[in-house]
Amino acid sequence: MTAQSGIDVLQPTSPARTGLSLRLPPAGLMLAWLAIAVAVLWATVPGLFTGHDPINGVPAEKLQAPSAAHLFGTDALGRDLLARVVHGSARSLSGGFVAVAVGLVVGTLLGLLAGSVGGLLDELVMRVVDVLLAVPGLLLALTAIILLGAGTTNVAIAVGIGSVAAFARLTRSEVVRVRRTDYVEAAFGSGGRFFTVLRRHVLPNSLGPVVALAAVQFGSAILAISTFSFLGYGAKPPDPEWGLLIAEGRNYLATSWWLTTLPGLVVVLVVVAAGRISRSISREDR
Amino acid sequence: MTRYLALRVGQAVLVLWAAFTAGFVLLQLLPGDSILIKFQNPELGLSPDQIAEIRRLYGSDAPAIVRYVHTLLGFLHGDFGYSIDTGTPVLDRLAEGLPATAKLATLGFLVAVLIAVTIAFVSSYSRFAWIRGALLALPSLFVSVPTFWLGIVLIQVFSFQLKLVPVIGGTGFEQLILPVLTLAVPISAPLAQVLARSLDQVQAQPFVAVVAAKGASQRWILWRHVARNALLPTLTIAGVTFGELIAGSVVTETVFGRNGIGRLTEQAVAVQDTPVMLAIVVLSATVFVLVNLVVDLLYPVLDPRLAAKVGVTA
Amino acid sequence: MSLLEVRDLTVAYRTGNQVHQAVSGISFTVEPGEVVAVVGESGSGKSTTAHAIIGLLPGNGSVDSGQILLGGTDIAGWSSKRLESVRGAQIGLIPQDPTSSLNPVKTIGAQIGETLRIHKRGDRRTIARQVIELLTRVGLSDPEMRARQYPHELSGGMRQRVLIAGAIALRPRLIIADEPTSALDVTVQRRILDLIDDLRREFGTAVLLVTHDLGVAADRSDRLVVMRNGQVEEQGTTRAVLAGPQADYTRKLLQDAPSLTPRRFRDARPPAHTPAADEQPSAITVRDLVKEYRIGRKPFRAVDGVSFEVRRGTTHALVGESGSGKTTTARMIVRFATPTSGSVTIDGTDVARLRGEALRRFRRRVQLVYQNPAGSLDPRESVGDIVAEPLRNFRLADRAGRSKRVRELLDRVALPQAAYDRRPRELSGGQRQRVAIARALAVDPEVIVLDEAVSALDVTVQAQILDLLDGLQRDLGLTYLFISHDLAVVRQISDTVSVMRKGRIVETGTTQQVFHAPQHAYTGELLAAVPGAGAEQAA
Repeated sequence: MTAQSGIDVLQPTSPARTGLSLRLPPAGLMLAWLAIAVAVLWATVPGLFTGHDPINGVPAEKLQAPSAAHLFGTDALGRDLLARVVHGSARSLSGGFVAVAVGLVVGTLLGLLAGSVGGLLDELVMRVVDVLLAVPGLLLALTAIILLGAGTTNVAIAVGIGSVAAFARLTRSEVVRVRRTDYVEAAFGSGGRFFTVLRRHVLPNSLGPVVALAAVQFGSAILAISTFSFLGYGAKPPDPEWGLLIAEGRNYLATSWWLTTLPGLVVVLVVVAAGRISRSISREDR
Repeated sequence: MTRYLALRVGQAVLVLWAAFTAGFVLLQLLPGDSILIKFQNPELGLSPDQIAEIRRLYGSDAPAIVRYVHTLLGFLHGDFGYSIDTGTPVLDRLAEGLPATAKLATLGFLVAVLIAVTIAFVSSYSRFAWIRGALLALPSLFVSVPTFWLGIVLIQVFSFQLKLVPVIGGTGFEQLILPVLTLAVPISAPLAQVLARSLDQVQAQPFVAVVAAKGASQRWILWRHVARNALLPTLTIAGVTFGELIAGSVVTETVFGRNGIGRLTEQAVAVQDTPVMLAIVVLSATVFVLVNLVVDLLYPVLDPRLAAKVGVTA
Repeated sequence: MSLLEVRDLTVAYRTGNQVHQAVSGISFTVEPGEVVAVVGESGSGKSTTAHAIIGLLPGNGSVDSGQILLGGTDIAGWSSKRLESVRGAQIGLIPQDPTSSLNPVKTIGAQIGETLRIHKRGDRRTIARQVIELLTRVGLSDPEMRARQYPHELSGGMRQRVLIAGAIALRPRLIIADEPTSALDVTVQRRILDLIDDLRREFGTAVLLVTHDLGVAADRSDRLVVMRNGQVEEQGTTRAVLAGPQADYTRKLLQDAPSLTPRRFRDARPPAHTPAADEQPSAITVRDLVKEYRIGRKPFRAVDGVSFEVRRGTTHALVGESGSGKTTTARMIVRFATPTSGSVTIDGTDVARLRGEALRRFRRRVQLVYQNPAGSLDPRESVGDIVAEPLRNFRLADRAGRSKRVRELLDRVALPQAAYDRRPRELSGGQRQRVAIARALAVDPEVIVLDEAVSALDVTVQAQILDLLDGLQRDLGLTYLFISHDLAVVRQISDTVSVMRKGRIVETGTTQQVFHAPQHAYTGELLAAVPGAGAEQAA
C-alpha cells in the first residue's frame, strides 16, 4: 500500500472546539443554574438566608409591605414572607424530586421494555400509555389523590403518576429510533449480545431527551404540586408550602399584593430555570 | 377509506372502554367504600340497617363484577349513577356544569390559538433578531406560570389596580375575559412552540427554495406553501392539548368562583365523590378521543401522502 | 456581452462571531446557449456560488464583494424583492434532490403552473393548457393525469422532469442546474441530462451545471470551472482542460475520477494465492436466495432466486440500480436479514439457519462496512472504543492487548494514532470510513461485505479508500463482496461482477467480460449510461 497523500490528514482539534469547553455557557443558562442552586440551598440551609421564624409571627408586624426588614413583607399573622418562602422550598423541591423520580423510573422502565423487547409487550405497554394519555395529567393525578388520600407526599406521587405516560412514550420512541441506527446493527455485527448492546449503545444514546424531559418535568411537577396545595389537597397550614402561601394570600388580594405576587414569582423563576436547563440538555444531545 | 375509518373508530372505542375500566377499578374498587365512609359518620346517627339500605340503593353491596357490568351498561345508556355528595344523578350535575365549561374551554382554546399563531408567525418573519428571541422566549415563560397564580395576578391587576373588570357582577363578557385569558395562556405555549418550529423546519425544506427560485414573494411562499405544511404537526399538538382544557378549567373555575365541570371536579375530589369523578374522567377521555379522531380524519385531507396510505384516492 | 459574468465574487457565512468564507473572489462567465460546468468536491463552494447568483443564500450567508452581471446589469446587490422579477423569468433553477424539492401537499400541475401564475402569464385556462404542454415536453406520459397527481405518486426521475418543467416554463435565458442528477440512478441520470441538453438546444438556454461528478461535466459541458476551497483552480474549454489540465488539483481530480481514468482492470487475482485455494475455491456460495416481503396483501420479492459464488481472496461486485435487491442480498449474507428461502454458505456453514450464539460466533467471520460511516459509528464513543468493541465482545484480548491491537489497526488503515481518542464527529468522512474498516478488520474476518462503502465520499477520498481496500486484500487475503451502483468504481476494484435488476441477476462474469462484452441488454444500457464514457472514447 502506498503512503497516503496529505489530503486526509487529521484536522487538529480546532480552537473553536477546545474553546467551547473553556468558554462560559450562555448567561441565561448560568442564571438558571444559579436559581436552582439558590433554591436548593434554601431547602437545605434555610438559616443562612433568613433569621425569621416561618411559623410563629409577630402579630404587631402584620401585613407590612416589603421593606428592608422584611424583604417580601409580612402576612396577616405577622410572619416574614421571605422566611416562609425559604422554608417552604424544601417541601416544593422534594415534592418535585419525588414526582420526577416516580415518572422517570416507572415511565423509563416501561418505555425501555416496550422499545427493546418489542412485539406483543410493546403493543400492550403502548396501549396502556395511550389510555393514560387520553386522560389529562391533572385529572389523573386527582384520581390518584382520591385513591391515596391528600398530603404532600401523596400529591407528589400522584403528580409523578400523571407523567409516567409521557416518560414511557418518549423513552420508547428514542429506544426504537436508536435501535434502527446502523451503529447498533454494527454492534451486533461486532458480536455484541443483546444486553451488552442495550447497555453500551442503546441506553446512552436514547437517554438524552429523557433527561431533558425529566428536567422540564421537575418544573412542571413543582407547578402541579403548588396547584394541588392551592386546591387544598396538599400541604396544610401553617406549613409554608409555596402553593399554600399563594392560596393564603388570596384573602388579602385587594390590600396586600405581595402575599400572592412574590411567592408566585419565585415559583415562576424556579420553573423557568428548570425549563432552560432542560433545553440546554436537549441541545447538547444533538 | 372505510377500512381506515372503521379501524380508527374501533381504536377510539377501545381506548374509551379501557379508560372507563381503569377509572372504575381505581375509583370504585380500590379506595374502599366511600358510601360507608360518608354515612357511618356518627353525627348522621344512622342505624346499620339504614346504612345497608343506602348501600343497596347505590348498589355498592353487590360483588365487584356485577357493579362493573351494571355501571358500564349504565354509562352506555347515559346513566352515570348517583352523586354520593348530593344524592342527585351524576348526569344532572354534569349537565349543570357543562355549558359554562364548554363556553370557557372553547373561548380559551380559540384565544390560545390566536396567541400561538401571533407568536409563531411574527417571530418567524421578524427581521429583528431581538424580537424573534423575545417572542420565542414567551412560550417557555407561559408554561412556567402557575395557572392559579396567573388568575390571581390578573384579578389583582385588572380588577383591583386598574379597575377595568369588576370583581363581582359585570356583564357576561366581563366575567369571561379574565378566566379565558388564564386558561388560554398556558395552553398557547406548546402550540406556539410547535408551530414556530414547524414554520422554521418547512422553510428550510428544499422545495421552498425552489418556489423562491420561481420568483415567488415571501408572502406567496408563506401562505401557499409553508403554512399548510406547518399546520400538520401543530394539529397533532392541538388535539393533545385539548384534554388540558378540562384540567385547566379545574383551576380557572376555582380561582374565579365560576360553576362548571372544573369546580365539580374539585368538589368531587374534596369529598371523595367517586361516581362523579369517574364520570368526569370518562367525559374528558371522550372529549380527548373524539378530538383526536377528528384530527386523524383531517390528516389525509391535508396531506395527500397519508391519503394514499389510508386508501383515499385524490 | 456575456449572458452572465461573475466578477471577484466573495460569499461568507456567519455563525455567531465566526465568519466562514465559502467563496473567495471567483470570476467566470457564461455565454448565451452554452453549458458551463462548475466542478468541485464537497465544501468547494460550488453550490454556494450557484445560490448566490439567484440570491438564495441561507439567512446567515451574504455576498461580501464582487459583481454578478446578468446581461450587463449587476444584480449582486439587489434586494430579494427586486430579484423576484429575475427568478423564474430570466434564471431558472433545477435543484438537487427531486424528493424534497416539490411541495408534498400540492399537485404537480399546480407546482408547474406556479411559475406562470407568479409572473402573471395568462389566466387559469391558458396556464392549465401550458402545464399540459410542459409536461408533454419533458417527456411525461399521460400529462392530464400527471397534472392532478401529487409528488409522492411519481418516481424520482419523473419528479426531476416535473422540476425541469417548472424551471423552463418561462423559457429563461439561464438555467442553474445544481447537482440535478446526483440523487438518481445512472440510467435515469442519463435520460434527464439528455432532456436538459435537448431543451437547451431547442430554446437556446445557457446552463450553469453544478456537479461533483467530473464524468457528467466532461460529457455535458462546453466549458469547465474547477473549484476548490472557494477558489477557481482552473477554467477553460472542457476539451482543453481534460486533455491538458494545468492545475495539480485538476490533474488529481482527473486521475481519481474512476470514470475518466479507467485504470486497467485489476490483474486477475492469482487463484493459487495459496496452495489450498483450489481445494476450497469459494468463500461465499449463494444458492437460489429469495427474500419476500408482504406489502398489504400481495407479496413482493425483493430478491428473487439469486445465485453466485465468490472465490476466496477475490472481490465480487453486486451492481444494480436502486430497488434491484443488491442491498437486501448483502444483508442476508451477513444475516441481518433472514432469507425466505435459499441458502448462503460461507466456508461450509449454512448462514441462513444460524440462530442465537451460533449466529453471534458467525459474525466473527463476516463483517459489514456501511455506506454512511457517520451513521455506523456510535457518536458517543471514541475511535479507540469503537475499534476495540469486537475484541471485547469476542474476548480476544485483555485491556492492554486491545489497546495495542487497536493501535496496530489504526496503522493498518493509515489513520494517525492521534485519532485514538477522537469522537467520530471530529473526523472527516474518509477517516470515519477508515475507522469502520478498522473495526471490521479487528476480528480477522474472512469476508468483508462493503455496502456502497465509498459512495458517499468525494472522488479523491474514494480513490484513497479503494487503494486501502486493495492493499488490505493483498496483504490479508480477504474476500470482498462489493455492493455498488457505480460501475466505474466496480470496474476498478472487482474481479467478478453480478448485475442485478428487479431482484434477479441478469448477468455474471469476470469484470472484463461484463464490461467489454455485455451479454444482457440491461448491462449494455448501464454501461452506456456511465457518465464520462463518451469522454473516455474521445480521449
